[in-house]
Amino acid sequence: MFLFLIASGLSLIFGVLRVLNFAHGTFYMLGAYSAYQFVQWLGAGGGRFWIAALAAALAVAALGGVVERLLFRHLYGKEELYQLLFTYALVLILSDAAKMIWGTQQKSVSRPSALTGSFQVFGATVPHYNLFILLLGPAIALAVWFVLQRTRVGRFIRAAALDRETLGALGVNVDALYTWVFVIASFLGGLGGALISPMRATTPGMDTEIIVEAFVVVVIGGLGSFWGTFLGAIVYGQVLSFGILFFPRFSIFAVFALMAGVLIIRPWGLLGRPLK
Amino acid sequence: MARLGRLPWGLVLTIAALFVPAVGSRFYVFLANDIVIWALFATSLNLLVGVTGLVSFGHAAYFGIGAYTTGLLMKKLAVPFVLAFPAAALLAGGLALVFGFFCVRLTRIYFAMLTLAFAQIVWAICFKWNEVTGGEQGMPEIPYPDFDRLTALPLIGGWRTSEYFYFLTVILVGLCLWLLRRIVGSPFGRMLATIRENAERAEFIGVNVRRYELAAFVLAGAFAGLAGGLFGIFNRGVFPDFAYWTKSSEVLIMTLLGGMGTFYGPALGALVLILLNQQIVSYTEYWPFVLGVILVVLLFVFPGGLAGAAQTLARRLRRVRHA
Repeated sequence: MFLFLIASGLSLIFGVLRVLNFAHGTFYMLGAYSAYQFVQWLGAGGGRFWIAALAAALAVAALGGVVERLLFRHLYGKEELYQLLFTYALVLILSDAAKMIWGTQQKSVSRPSALTGSFQVFGATVPHYNLFILLLGPAIALAVWFVLQRTRVGRFIRAAALDRETLGALGVNVDALYTWVFVIASFLGGLGGALISPMRATTPGMDTEIIVEAFVVVVIGGLGSFWGTFLGAIVYGQVLSFGILFFPRFSIFAVFALMAGVLIIRPWGLLGRPLK
Repeated sequence: MARLGRLPWGLVLTIAALFVPAVGSRFYVFLANDIVIWALFATSLNLLVGVTGLVSFGHAAYFGIGAYTTGLLMKKLAVPFVLAFPAAALLAGGLALVFGFFCVRLTRIYFAMLTLAFAQIVWAICFKWNEVTGGEQGMPEIPYPDFDRLTALPLIGGWRTSEYFYFLTVILVGLCLWLLRRIVGSPFGRMLATIRENAERAEFIGVNVRRYELAAFVLAGAFAGLAGGLFGIFNRGVFPDFAYWTKSSEVLIMTLLGGMGTFYGPALGALVLILLNQQIVSYTEYWPFVLGVILVVLLFVFPGGLAGAAQTLARRLRRVRHA
């Protein structure tokens, strides 16, 4: 479910800005590292983890805003190659910066105290925290959907995805809007990273792994389609876990084969719309 | 100026490269070998990106397949290099034919995504198929080709195996680049450039655009396979990350750094990037950071790459002289 958090940001950026953001995985990683850092500063225990997670997501969102403002915006409308390589350059710079700051050692964050327990379901032990993430995913999905569908900003964002120039001609500040989209997407990525930090160890290299997974999710569901991403995350999870059950060694293979299959048959994804 | 341009630069450079062991130490031979192989890899990618205008984000797949093909044949089946090397092109090209068949049906960003997906499939197979590929551990100790007969010859007898291999690499890559150059300059290559400039118009004049794109895809894959085959031996081992997506972007960076608009640009990019890497690594461990910064500067200041920048400079100089 947390994969959905990351993939939804990626999908949002693609849907509106028409850019595939390789650096999104790096924002996710930075979210995890910042959460670790804030927990270190604030101390563990009580509700402090939540403050740290939120602060981390905000920090990443701010970074996303700066990057968009200073650099990224000059690449809109350029060739895909330049955009892809620019986001890849960001991956290189930011992940190395993370390595400079936090070193190559694994970092782990302890689970928030309210959710340290676990319970039994069908003979399996499920920590409370995992269940919480499981429920939080759909909650955030609903929240983002609500923002996109029911608020003024959301309407603008959807309009920008359809026709940027007309929206600009109608007096909307599209440049600022794009920055906000990037900020929101980075926030989602950073939040995903912060929330995953108690479940998985934070290490360098987690960014290049997750981004490929997020690509798979987004492509299966449909680039730029919100519910498509949700569906994609579910399909991805199912294929991966059932794949492991039936043919353990080739479950990763199955996932990429599924991605290729979707691209061949419906390049715009299960729930997406074809690009003009 | 004009007379300089008429020299067969490729041949001159190939011959010059052959003298590296005579003047440089063992380390330089190693470095030069690395550069020569990457130059071929980058040039093969340029056939797609620069000439045909197809942005592949999964070119490492064919490099990896080539490396595994040659490596497996030579190590496990003791097939001589003369057969194992072309086999890399055959298999990589064959795979490119299958993958390309689907890829050329898609456009732009979807094309890039599908090439990425296919490359990840190749990577996943190499990573997990322990019996054949050695899985995560890769496949160490790929043997060098058999140079025994050469040692008996006068003049060149008594060299180190790595030097023999370097000569072999230079000659083979020189041949491959010459072939690629012929391809780009041929009517077929011209048609690819037409497709890059305006695919719709090419379609109008009766060109089967997809078939041309597929042919370019297969050729690029086959040459990448050859580069991979050489690299596996040079590296003394083949590992799954040869096919990982970060390798694909590395070679894209080289292509871009050198300049996609020119034939030798990508090879120049390989040269500069590897030398730079080697220099910078001795100062700092944060090479990716530096590379990222270089890339950003490149994208914003020199989108034509080094070769593109040099051309612009030359044109300006000429204008100054005429004025």
